[in-house]
Amino acid sequence: MADRRRSSPRAPDSAYDKTNKAPQGNSKTSASAKNADAQEHTFSVLVDNEAGVLHRVVGLFSGRGYNIESLTVSEVDGGEHLSKITVVTSGTPQIIEQIRAQLDRLVPVRKVANLTADGPSVQREMGLIKVVGSGEARVEALRVADIFRAQVVDSTNRSFVFEITGSSEKLNAFIELMRPLGLADISRTGIVAIARGDAGM
Amino acid sequence: MAEQQFIGGDIILKALADQDVDVIFGYPGGVTLPLYDRLYLQNRLRHILVGHEQGAMHAAEGYARSTGKPGVVLVTSGPGATNTVTGLVDAMMDSIPLVVITGQVVSTLIGNDAFQEADTTGITRAATKHNYLVRSANDLARVLHEAFYVATHGRPGPVLVDIPKDVILGMGPYMGPENVTPRNYVPRIEPDMAKIEEAVELLASAKKPIIYAGGGIINSGPEASKLLAELVHLTGYPCTTTLMALGAFPAADKQWIGMPGMHGTYEANLTMHDCDVMFNVGARFDDRVTGKVDAFAPHAKKVHIDIDPSSINKNVQVDIPIIADAGLALAAIIKLWKKKKKAADAKALKAWWKQIEEWRSIDCLGFDQPKKDFIKPQHALVRLQNALKGTDYYVTTDVGQHQMWTAQYIRFEEPNRWMTSGGLGTMGYGVPAAMGVQVAHPESTVVCVTSEGSLLMNVQEMATISRYKLPVKILNLNNDRLGMIRQWQELFHSNHESECDLANRADYIKLAEAFGFTAIYCDDVADVDATLAKMLATPGPVFVNMVVDRRENVFPMIPSGAPHNEIVLGPNQKLKKMDDRNNVMA
Ligand SMILES: Cc1cc2nc3c(=O)[nH]c(=O)nc-3n(C[C@H](O)[C@H](O)[C@H](O)COP(=O)(O)OP(=O)(O)OC[C@H]3O[C@@H](n4cnc5c(N)ncnc54)[C@H](O)[C@@H]3O)c2cc1C
Ligand SMILES: Cc1ncc(C[n+]2csc(CCOP(=O)(O)OP(=O)(O)O)c2C)c(N)n1
Repeated sequence: MADRRRSSPRAPDSAYDKTNKAPQGNSKTSASAKNADAQEHTFSVLVDNEAGVLHRVVGLFSGRGYNIESLTVSEVDGGEHLSKITVVTSGTPQIIEQIRAQLDRLVPVRKVANLTADGPSVQREMGLIKVVGSGEARVEALRVADIFRAQVVDSTNRSFVFEITGSSEKLNAFIELMRPLGLADISRTGIVAIARGDAGM
Repeated sequence: MAEQQFIGGDIILKALADQDVDVIFGYPGGVTLPLYDRLYLQNRLRHILVGHEQGAMHAAEGYARSTGKPGVVLVTSGPGATNTVTGLVDAMMDSIPLVVITGQVVSTLIGNDAFQEADTTGITRAATKHNYLVRSANDLARVLHEAFYVATHGRPGPVLVDIPKDVILGMGPYMGPENVTPRNYVPRIEPDMAKIEEAVELLASAKKPIIYAGGGIINSGPEASKLLAELVHLTGYPCTTTLMALGAFPAADKQWIGMPGMHGTYEANLTMHDCDVMFNVGARFDDRVTGKVDAFAPHAKKVHIDIDPSSINKNVQVDIPIIADAGLALAAIIKLWKKKKKAADAKALKAWWKQIEEWRSIDCLGFDQPKKDFIKPQHALVRLQNALKGTDYYVTTDVGQHQMWTAQYIRFEEPNRWMTSGGLGTMGYGVPAAMGVQVAHPESTVVCVTSEGSLLMNVQEMATISRYKLPVKILNLNNDRLGMIRQWQELFHSNHESECDLANRADYIKLAEAFGFTAIYCDDVADVDATLAKMLATPGPVFVNMVVDRRENVFPMIPSGAPHNEIVLGPNQKLKKMDDRNNVMA
């Protein structure tokens, strides 16, 4: 038999490019790429505070190709060992529905609320912003902080640390104003959120 | 008074006994030695010492799928635990309930890179439905009972419990399953009656209906299969069953139109494509079934019954989602259908069946077996089916061409009779799975259909089969190739047979004999029947090496990413220009 390996040239590497770059699995569920009809949604997830629970939630997002724009977690009920995870994500309506269902089926997850879809909510973030400078810039930084109701929580004769709370947009605006004034370091909590009204989760 | 205290090892064995476990598949190691010592002192639980931990996993899967009970595995830390990962993912994908107990290094050494330490819960988090690291013997009984509960409730799946050596040796109280209520995990199983009502209306309004049943029917239990048959007969509608649901509806029934999907029948696929109402119960719109999603059943209104909300609208958007146990939902639908005195649109249904019969008459699974040529693998399986007829049989497969042919030609009239790796497509599944099935059903005929590539992946379990005198029959369809790979290379890669040659790997007859099997060789069409009869009649484990036509391909075939109506019937029908880009091999 003729050596068929030689009978036709191999496809150029570029022929495989599409395959290699294509997201794995169903293209609809791998929505890490920004999609035209992608929307941002904030989920509140009440979980049993057991070992590995955060890993489980984060692993779900990375394993299925969902975005995490912001993530916060803290124990909210020490007696019951419950923690609340607030996660901001984005995706098409179908992906958002999947995210809720996927979160809901994790065994240590008690409740999932989509704060964006289920009704009005309050969303807040805190930032600690370090600004280093002297002279006019230092004075200006204090003035801006005052307008934004940011607190000075630490100071040296060359620096301030401001504590600022509000929407993420407010923090972004504050940071941008601080940038030319000697912005040196930023720590942000990520978003925490809660539904408006009298109902508990 | 202080609660009575038990040693950890005994708590584990007591919990297994209280969970009605009669057999565990396992392999010992350093950290589980104290548990094996307790095991030695009792004789209630049977332990099957496998050849490799992956073998234990698939054996437990076979056991679970053929009994409806969870399978149990016991392995050591480190390599013992990592060897279970493929089996865990396999069970996850196919919704098989397993409880896997892994030993862990002594608690105080965790995190120190101790000998045979692996972060088992970390490694298996995405491979399990849930997993636990037990920190104290006080928690042991509760966690084990919870593990069984989680594995078997809602969508079944594998649960892993990692137990450090000091917990196995520690002292703690025991509590029975009746005292353990998982705080939180309460899957919904009762259907929403408003949705049931909508579904009944839609079903009754159908002109071109199809009932598309999946593995969820089998997960739900034998009652669901009975209800499925009742609904199919009540409506008169055609029924297709996925690879995972073969046997959920009797193959002998005239209303069964075969398996849908990539290697499904022509009639099932065209019925799916053209239908106006699709009633999916316990199937997950897998891409091997839907093909191109945008062109999937484009004219159909769809009902989807699934116990797992994440299965709904995952791949295909449906009109009536029903989150419920398949059996309960079917019962509700049947009840309402009868109460409302619904009946199918007889005229439309007659026309629909006429169309389906036309498709069926193409005989898409037909093939020619020349008298003087290689044995066609299809022929081997048709003859196997003939030989099995009337016997109490279970069949497992490995993964590849032989798997698809077995699905196409072997008939299952009941659920829990057919074991295959569908979602993960794990080569090496078949032999250990057959072992697990035979352990559960010692008097029944258990046949594993395999091929060399897959066989060699867990061939060591032939030693286990032999050691426990399990009369498993292995039918090796020897094509000297990674057949499914060769098929795709022929169809999509210019026939470049790149690294798929398995010729001259082993003398399979000697190999089987070395493992204590009766080995039979067959390469002549004239001997097929006699060989299969001998295989089934010979007591003890039997291995048949049947040399088949290595050029044969599996048809029909819907190239992955293509719509159903682009189904390719066979080598004679000109293959559409097939583009490999969207194709994903098993
Ligand atoms: C080489 C190869 C080729 C293949 N070709 C085909 C093919 O041609 N055709 C084909 O059909 N498959 C094929 N498969 C298999 C395919 O990959 C999938 O495994 C299979 O189609 C999935 O079956 P299913 O939809 O029945 O779902 P399963 O995987 O069985 O999932 C069961 C579904 O039911 C739900 N469920 C579980 N318990 C319950 C309950 N109690 N009540 C209600 N719902 C429940 C689950 O949540 C899940 O959504 C192939 C596999 C391989 C390896
Ligand atoms: C563990 C594993 N590795 C690789 C594959 C990819 N694969 C799918 S089918 C196949 C060939 C199977 O060959 P064989 O077992 O001889 O069966 P045949 O197709 O010849 O019937 C391969 C390599 C797989 N499914 N599983």
